[in-house]
Amino acid sequence: MPPLRIANGAGFLGDWIDAPRRLVERAEVDYLTIEHLAELTMSILARQREKNPDTGYAEDFLDILSSLLPALKQQSQLKVIANSGGVNPPACTIAAAKILTEAGLSDVALACVTGDDLLPRLAELIAGGCNFSNLDTAEPISMLGESTAGQASSGTQSKNQNLKSKICSANAYLGARPISEAVTGGARIVITGRVADASLTVGPAIQHFGWQWDDWDRLAAASVAGHLIECGAQVTGGYSVDWSQFNLADVGYPIAELVADGSSVITKPPGAGGAINRRTVVEQLVYEIGDPQHYLTPDVDCDFTTVQVAEAGSDRVAVTGATGRPATDTYKVSLAYRDGWMASGQLLVYGSDCREKAEACGHILLERCKMAGYELARTHVELLGFGAGVPGAWFWRKYQAPGELVLRVSAHDPRREAVEYFAKQFAPLITSGPAGLAGYAAGRPQVRPVFAYWPTLVPKSLVQPRVEVRPAKEWI
Amino acid sequence: MPPPGKTIHVRDLGSARSGDKGNHANIGVVANDEAAYGVLCSRLTAVRVQTHFQELGITRVERFELPGVLALNFVLYDALAGGASRSLRIDTQGKLLATSLLDLTFHANAWKGNEQ
Repeated sequence: MPPLRIANGAGFLGDWIDAPRRLVERAEVDYLTIEHLAELTMSILARQREKNPDTGYAEDFLDILSSLLPALKQQSQLKVIANSGGVNPPACTIAAAKILTEAGLSDVALACVTGDDLLPRLAELIAGGCNFSNLDTAEPISMLGESTAGQASSGTQSKNQNLKSKICSANAYLGARPISEAVTGGARIVITGRVADASLTVGPAIQHFGWQWDDWDRLAAASVAGHLIECGAQVTGGYSVDWSQFNLADVGYPIAELVADGSSVITKPPGAGGAINRRTVVEQLVYEIGDPQHYLTPDVDCDFTTVQVAEAGSDRVAVTGATGRPATDTYKVSLAYRDGWMASGQLLVYGSDCREKAEACGHILLERCKMAGYELARTHVELLGFGAGVPGAWFWRKYQAPGELVLRVSAHDPRREAVEYFAKQFAPLITSGPAGLAGYAAGRPQVRPVFAYWPTLVPKSLVQPRVEVRPAKEWI
Repeated sequence: MPPPGKTIHVRDLGSARSGDKGNHANIGVVANDEAAYGVLCSRLTAVRVQTHFQELGITRVERFELPGVLALNFVLYDALAGGASRSLRIDTQGKLLATSLLDLTFHANAWKGNEQ
């Protein structure tokens, strides 16, 4: 049996839009996954949906799908699995169906996976005993926003009202099961909402190899492959200390070749730039993980400490040995709530005394806010070019100050008008601050809403993933 | 491995990559070979990493070992001043922490104590 080839063409919403097309032009794969959702992306999409109920998904996906049309016509084996549906998978599915139909692909089976959105059910779930306590701090959800820039509230009733108006998205991380069902149902393109990144790979692997849902070692192995490719070029030479050795302009996005025992070879399309070697793979294995013995996905509890990696030819790394334990009985939930307003502005400060001038600018700016009656809840002054990247840990503290640096001042406050006022204090410094400032032409800093993150859990028994498969023309 | 008496950087022993999980950060360090992994295991302790990043307000550093792939994983709790959504820092997601950790130094001839 030839290996199952699963590629990834995007690691987040905003990733290189031409990468998926370039990938399938160079390599024939069975599945192309598109991973568009980070922790905060859901809340940004939720805000879009509030303004327009037909939005709330990753619109980049439509451009990607359009770019894939020639490959979809030429390569009958090619299927696409994308969590680009965000908080509105049906709208994304309908928009995708229109593109497919207009391109003459109206019979392509298109699946929509829903059921992850808990926002409409939140009150019911809380009343039913779900306490949604914070995974990091153990605070109950009634405390949400109390220790932040948000205003304190009093009384239980107003607290509940407050809670309801504050929360803007709540999505369970679904697993591989609905994707596997969609593919079993004949879907060639699967669009989901919040599905765990690695599950985009596990879903088709389970369906293809016919593994059981309690075959924990194989589920773990496929999850490792999914984890390795989920961030796109980060496993093929991107974000690497060896960057200067690679052709990153034409970097190839990754392909996992899976076999029946779950082990895989990580590779990239022939001729593409970047590299795959032990180092690029292990760096990605340990990327954004906690306890490596318990990498939890909705599908399995993976042990990364049993994994072995070995170079197996040019730009090929074999990954074996993953082991798994039973999945937990909860889904992780990504919940976001409104937490005031934020803005950041920057100015270039020039001259041998740039450090002193930049600090003075920060002081003047915040002092003017105070004089207008705005004591801002949180502020931060940074001197970019003088160690702000990692405060206090910069090895060149022993060196002298640079001749120029970028002043960056940020503010966060529950009052929009306070942050608006703050944003207006950068330009006046040009004429009423120290000499030697530039870089104000970009205009006033943008005032944006803050969506704070509340990681929590929900029992799996309370969440029912739904899968609907129809030909593209029947979605419109 | 540099000769005894020299100062060595973590970057001489391996590479690293960092990222975020809410308000916590992690740094994965990948050793160049088994000898380098041994040195990193004995020298790059959780305490050493927490000291290197002392101004970030980290509450705790936990170190995990992955001997099968010659890697260490450090979890830096509360390292991100609010994380991707709320941090006012330029590096909201801890992307720079790995690069900074590679600049951490040891004296090659003094495997215990006497660190810079």
